[in-house]
Amino acid sequence: MAEPVLLSARGISKKFGSVEVLTDVDLDLHKGEIHALLGENGAGKSTFAKIVAGIHRPTRGELRMDGASVDLPSPLAAQRRGITLIHQEPISFPDLSVAENLVIGRDAGGPLARVPWARINSRARELIDLLGIRLDVLQPMRGLSIADQQMVEIARALDSDSRLIIMDEPTAPLTPKEVATLFSIARRLRNEGRTIVFISHRLEEVRALCDRATVFRDGRLVGTRDVAGLEESEIIRMMIGRPLNDYIHKHRARIGDPALEVVGLTLPGKFRDISFAVRRGEILGLAGLVGAGRTDVARAIFGIAPAASGSVRVDGQEVRIGDPSDAITRGVAFVPEDRATAGIFGPLSVEQNITVAVPGKIAPHGVIRPAIAQRLARQTVEKLKVRLASLRQPIMELSGGNQQKAILGRWLHTDPTVMILDEPTRGIDIGVKAQFYDMIGELAESGKAILLISSELPELLALCDRILVMSEGRLTAELSRADATPETIMRAAVPQSGQPDRAA
Amino acid sequence: MMAGFFNFLLQRREAGILAMIVLVAVVVGTIEPRFIAMDTLRIVALAVPLILTVAMGQMMVLIARHVDLSVGSIMAMSSIVAGMMFRDLPDLPIMAGVVAAVGVGAVLGLFNGLLVVAFRLPSIIVTLGTLSLYRGLVFWVSDARQVDPQFIPRPLTLMSQTSPFFDIPWIVMIAGLIAVLTHLFLNHARMGRHIYALGSNPAAAPLRGIRVVPVTLGVFVISGALAGLAGIFYASRFGYVNPGITGVGFEFTVIAAVVVGGVSINGGVGTVLGTVLGVVLLGMVSVALPILGVSGFWQEVLNGAVIVAALLVDRIVRERGVRAATDARSAA
Repeated sequence: MAEPVLLSARGISKKFGSVEVLTDVDLDLHKGEIHALLGENGAGKSTFAKIVAGIHRPTRGELRMDGASVDLPSPLAAQRRGITLIHQEPISFPDLSVAENLVIGRDAGGPLARVPWARINSRARELIDLLGIRLDVLQPMRGLSIADQQMVEIARALDSDSRLIIMDEPTAPLTPKEVATLFSIARRLRNEGRTIVFISHRLEEVRALCDRATVFRDGRLVGTRDVAGLEESEIIRMMIGRPLNDYIHKHRARIGDPALEVVGLTLPGKFRDISFAVRRGEILGLAGLVGAGRTDVARAIFGIAPAASGSVRVDGQEVRIGDPSDAITRGVAFVPEDRATAGIFGPLSVEQNITVAVPGKIAPHGVIRPAIAQRLARQTVEKLKVRLASLRQPIMELSGGNQQKAILGRWLHTDPTVMILDEPTRGIDIGVKAQFYDMIGELAESGKAILLISSELPELLALCDRILVMSEGRLTAELSRADATPETIMRAAVPQSGQPDRAA
Repeated sequence: MMAGFFNFLLQRREAGILAMIVLVAVVVGTIEPRFIAMDTLRIVALAVPLILTVAMGQMMVLIARHVDLSVGSIMAMSSIVAGMMFRDLPDLPIMAGVVAAVGVGAVLGLFNGLLVVAFRLPSIIVTLGTLSLYRGLVFWVSDARQVDPQFIPRPLTLMSQTSPFFDIPWIVMIAGLIAVLTHLFLNHARMGRHIYALGSNPAAAPLRGIRVVPVTLGVFVISGALAGLAGIFYASRFGYVNPGITGVGFEFTVIAAVVVGGVSINGGVGTVLGTVLGVVLLGMVSVALPILGVSGFWQEVLNGAVIVAALLVDRIVRERGVRAATDARSAA
């Protein structure tokens, strides 16, 4: 089938700093197809989509449209060429009406040019009717459901006659009925000859909707297949097919009594009925795709956003954790995923960052004793091999890996029973990662119970004694070390459609 | 039908302010019947045009999710420049002074805007700085000397005292005209809509093709120019210009009126009608309190209380609005 090509990518590569997140991607998007981009978190599919939409510029490689090389320095430039990216949470102007959101920024004229309200509103009604949805175009965007906001973005794309519409995980926040509406509209747009790129984790949806699928892994394009006749196992194999690399499970900790027991933890809209136990000396993995609710469970246990129901026991004692200081007192520590906003106090010194969780130690009588604080910080820095110029240096000047070590050190001073590590090695160089794996192993050997949230399967497989898998707010599998393989984890992690109720 | 109209009113922020205006009038009028008289209305009306003119500019700045704290100093600078022209160059037409005042205001506003866009500084910091900077320049330009009443041209002072019709003074009518033009600009001109969009979601604005730099510069220039025009009104109304008095603390009066009028400090929200009502409400309170014999200390306290009360009402109304929208959706 020689389908006419709309856009072709050749040798597209992208580096952020020194990390190459996309390597030599060659991909043709055909006119009139719905093309799925698949891959694990961080595989490069979203980066590729953002390059096509003009949000990122490739480090190398070129994009060609209609046979000519195109440069897309900005989202606006991409829009002018008929490429629209629809974000999962659409961008809009909440205070302006639906109709105005459809046209603003594409209007011509000087600053005092008259706004043709009548024409704008009637055109908006036409577009909304064309999509077959019901929406008052005069109401403000604020208060619209995510689904309706997506529809407004699609309408905007139609009005600017977009030829390529990229939808980045559009169905995640939608109800099944809204998904059905979206699919029928996507099919109609395809039949009009437009190209849809559909990024999703849900294989069922890809099978139901898409014509072709391209799989990314580790920043490379693994392959493109026709969806008809494609086996799910084949897709999964393509998504995870890398060899398990050299991380070796070294630690031989003695597994003791349960340190953290969670029963029936539920937070409506986030997760439901989560029960598990972590023993002293055990490393328990928590796998799942982004949005599966893993971090929400961790935040609930740590008291940042407590669960609505369910119980938590630490060392066999039932505890009520209403905020993080309760958790710290009970011996629970949490190293969050998003260091920059949730982990570090950027402008404060490394020393202050390390000692902030143990005010009782550094200020025995309510006044900070600088010598003690300095001694504690120095211990951490030496033990964890944090590379820095000075303890007085603002922590934000350190590299990501060294920041992470300092935060780990902070929690070690609280002498926790349970440590929850959320993506502890994200954005960290490979060499430092190995050090982290050793450290996590040592922590377990010293009798701490560790809950390790990670999206990197090799990491989980190498380190964990057991692995729990979450999908769409529920626990879907508990795998022993013997049973855990990339396939079994991914099978449990990938949401099955037809499982509509998202913990209402 | 009647109920629908009533509901419509309830959803409008303006209705709340109007209700507060009526409440103040009734309460004060009951305690002191003198308040409900043409004279008082005139006094209220005269208290309004300065604040209203500057408030129109400030409103646009706030809608764009910025703030202009320097308007009082800009007003003083424009007023002193115009006053010195009247004093030192008595042969110039009055219009030259007006043009100079507006021009000086626009230039100082442009400087604010340039600092904000060029260095990506928060406008609250930039204009806090220029609030002092411009005030210092006023003293330097004027040699710290007042422009005395005998130098303010008679036709100019008459504009606050005489009226073309209905006994409404000229400067009130001009301020009213400015409000009408602002309304048309914000609702029917392309740039007006871009101001709302920018303030509603600054991150999305450039992605949607809104040119952030000219819009930002524009609101500061307009704010400065209107503060400059208010400088002329000041000379007209009070008949002198004093570098240490004119416009001192005026930015707070203006911002209070604008915020009471329902303009959101988070940008994207605000109407001319609301701002006009906010200005009138604060003007009424400031006139009513002395009539009631309330002492100066308590006037300050009550002024502040009105502002906080207005914001509380706003918050409550808004939360109820969001809840109603959510309920409607889950019912659907």
